[in-house]
Amino acid sequence: MSTTSTDLHQHADHGHHHPPAGFKRWLYTTNHKDIGTLYLLFALTMFFIGGAMAMVIRAELFQPGLQLVQPAFFNQMTTVHGLIMVFGAVMPAFTGLANWLIPMMIGAPDMALPRMNNWSFWILPFAFAILLMSLFMEGGGPGFGWTFYAPLSTKYSGDSTALFVFSVHIMGISSIMGAINVIVTIFNLRAPGMTWMKMPLFVWTWLITAFLLIAVMPVLAGTVTMVLTDKYFGTSFFDAAGGGDPVLFQHIFWFFGHPEVYIMILPAFGIVSSIVPTFSRKPLFGYASMVYATSSIALLSFLVWAHHMFTTGMPVFAELFFMYCTMLIAVPTGVKVFNWVATMWRGALTFEVPMMFAIAFIVLFTIGGFSGLMLAITPADFQYHDTYFVVAHFHYVLVTGAIFSIIAAAYYWLPKWTGHMYDETLGQWHFWCSLISVNLLFFPMHFVGLAGMPRRIPDYALQFADFNALISIGGFAFGLSQLLFVWLLVKCIKGGPPATNQVWEGATGLEWELSSPPPYHSFTTPPDIK
Amino acid sequence: MAKTYQTYYVPEQSPWPIVGAIALFLLAFGAGHFVNEVTRNKAGHGEYMLLAGVALLVFMLVGWFRNVIDESMSGLYSAQMDRSFRQGMSWFIFSEVMFFAAFFGALFYARMIAMPWLDGESNNAMTAEILWPDFSAHWPMTKTPGGIETTAMPWQGLPLYNTLILLTSSVTLQFAHVALEQGKRLQLRLMLLLTVMLGASFLALQAYEYMHAYQELNLRLDSGIYGNTFFLLTGFHGLHVTLGALFLAVIWLRIMLKNHFTAHNHFAFQAAAWYWHFVDVVWLCLFVFVYVL
Repeated sequence: MSTTSTDLHQHADHGHHHPPAGFKRWLYTTNHKDIGTLYLLFALTMFFIGGAMAMVIRAELFQPGLQLVQPAFFNQMTTVHGLIMVFGAVMPAFTGLANWLIPMMIGAPDMALPRMNNWSFWILPFAFAILLMSLFMEGGGPGFGWTFYAPLSTKYSGDSTALFVFSVHIMGISSIMGAINVIVTIFNLRAPGMTWMKMPLFVWTWLITAFLLIAVMPVLAGTVTMVLTDKYFGTSFFDAAGGGDPVLFQHIFWFFGHPEVYIMILPAFGIVSSIVPTFSRKPLFGYASMVYATSSIALLSFLVWAHHMFTTGMPVFAELFFMYCTMLIAVPTGVKVFNWVATMWRGALTFEVPMMFAIAFIVLFTIGGFSGLMLAITPADFQYHDTYFVVAHFHYVLVTGAIFSIIAAAYYWLPKWTGHMYDETLGQWHFWCSLISVNLLFFPMHFVGLAGMPRRIPDYALQFADFNALISIGGFAFGLSQLLFVWLLVKCIKGGPPATNQVWEGATGLEWELSSPPPYHSFTTPPDIK
Repeated sequence: MAKTYQTYYVPEQSPWPIVGAIALFLLAFGAGHFVNEVTRNKAGHGEYMLLAGVALLVFMLVGWFRNVIDESMSGLYSAQMDRSFRQGMSWFIFSEVMFFAAFFGALFYARMIAMPWLDGESNNAMTAEILWPDFSAHWPMTKTPGGIETTAMPWQGLPLYNTLILLTSSVTLQFAHVALEQGKRLQLRLMLLLTVMLGASFLALQAYEYMHAYQELNLRLDSGIYGNTFFLLTGFHGLHVTLGALFLAVIWLRIMLKNHFTAHNHFAFQAAAWYWHFVDVVWLCLFVFVYVL
């Protein structure tokens, strides 16, 4: 323990040494670490529930023809799988990481509004309980896809639509409050000397993510409200007979939806920008350009939404505008990838599990980025639209992108959180099993997609059978590989070799100056940042 | 960042957030069933759950704010804490702006893009000819492509009075704020009361306008895109005026009964005032884009 960290530890001990015992600790907590843990465990649970639905989808698609489930149920599985993974797994996992890490990284005592922080979390289990309960309603749960396009969600949906709408409303309330908390914490609770351009990139990327959340979650609330009134109260926002337009739905939805996908990737950039320098034993290459690149990506995300709608018959001018804006995003994203590679260049590299997942992220996310560029080309998109190529694209950016970064973050900070080193051998097994199976799962989707296999159907033409069998095997293997992760997590929480304060030789930042595990209240008095 | 650093107040464990989460669960689950029951004539008890959720939410808000007020009165909050509250409130108002933006966006899209296309503009001449031969683009859309007819709400008369009422209320609220900062408590009480009363009269006139629309103009929520945007925009605005007026009324009661707020320490007053001015700005946009143009 270095002198600084001893000092910090003593300062931190002014408050409570120990958290209150029993279940009330978790129900009533105002502690950012407890709430972070709750978010992360919730996200992991949802990851497995959503994953089980993906297993149902892949089991049905193992062979052509209808084998296991009815088409209506298949649609509910694709819909709820998407909703759970986006709103229940990826977003809460990032919010959990933000809760755990941001106060420690900026030298704050806690989040700025700790009670509201608790409220943001505890809304989520209830919101997802409503969504999951709707699956058991008469007529089944929502089956219109996670994008709930009108008129599927307005004219052709079941009675569960109202429950879907209200559960999305309260998820939105949760996200907005969580984002307000992050933004205010970063603006107002930085320790003296923690200037903007000294903030760790994870903090920067989350600041920008929080801004995106506050800007677009209310738009989602507006969208679901219009779906509700169209379905139940006779309005015609999305019905041409009443003067509306179904395409209007897509405009409003994707105005939310495109910033939303960056909400799910910007914190990942922050994570990778923390991990790569540590295991390269070099400072991050191009810190300032990373900050500007992240901001540019966020701003551009408001100008590209209609690239999801090239086939709706927009005027050519609009198609060109959205095509060029979309391609512009490749520039700041390229800056980021370049910087990560340049950070590793001539570094003293070691390949512990967090670094392995981070490197896999860089390579595989870039593949997802390239297929995104292909999709951005309007005339080409007419071929790719609504095929498995799109499914391959967004799973590369969300599974091998967002989720790999979350797993990398878990390995990287797990010794800090628990005070124990995880099992490196088991972690390497988890990494290699995940890496091989995830590519078996998603890479062939490019081929079947380019050959014309449509997404969101339970049956397909015979020529896609071999690839689909391979994809399904990859899917089951990827699902099973994640059980290794759970085993490793349980082992690490229960015990293991004690972790030092710095944990990793090359790690820098305030969180590594605290003890492992850190005291219940980290910085009651702000540290001095040189 | 504070130059002279006080300890930032991290509250003890609190039961209110989980109560609030349960309240939102009851609200959402109850509303989800209630909506089906009223519109599909089905049996069920969604409304009780919905009401229980509302009651629990009110209970939670009262308890939570009581805690916060007690902490504030006993001097636990630093200037830094005050900034957290102010920034939090500002970002919350920004999120509200974006909520209204979704509905204004729908209005602009329907008016500027969807309506001309339905009448054959751009490359839609054949579609319009085959699907909606009798439709002609005209805003306010008093006859939809499907044939529903309605009457537009004129801006003269009641909407204009309502605009004047809300604008006046923003001015009286500003007077109340100045009075608070100068320590003129009587003026503060009167001006704040006047603001709340102006808000209430706005709401009463709005209710009267809705009845007039339904009974005499045949302007209804389901009268096509004009009625849809009219009622959802003015309706959500009215809901926000209601909340804002309640917020101000609570502030007024705190001043009257407990003599809360000083010239330098009045975040809750400030938050309510920001909210009220925000609602006022939304109304101005509404008045221009929904009524006049």
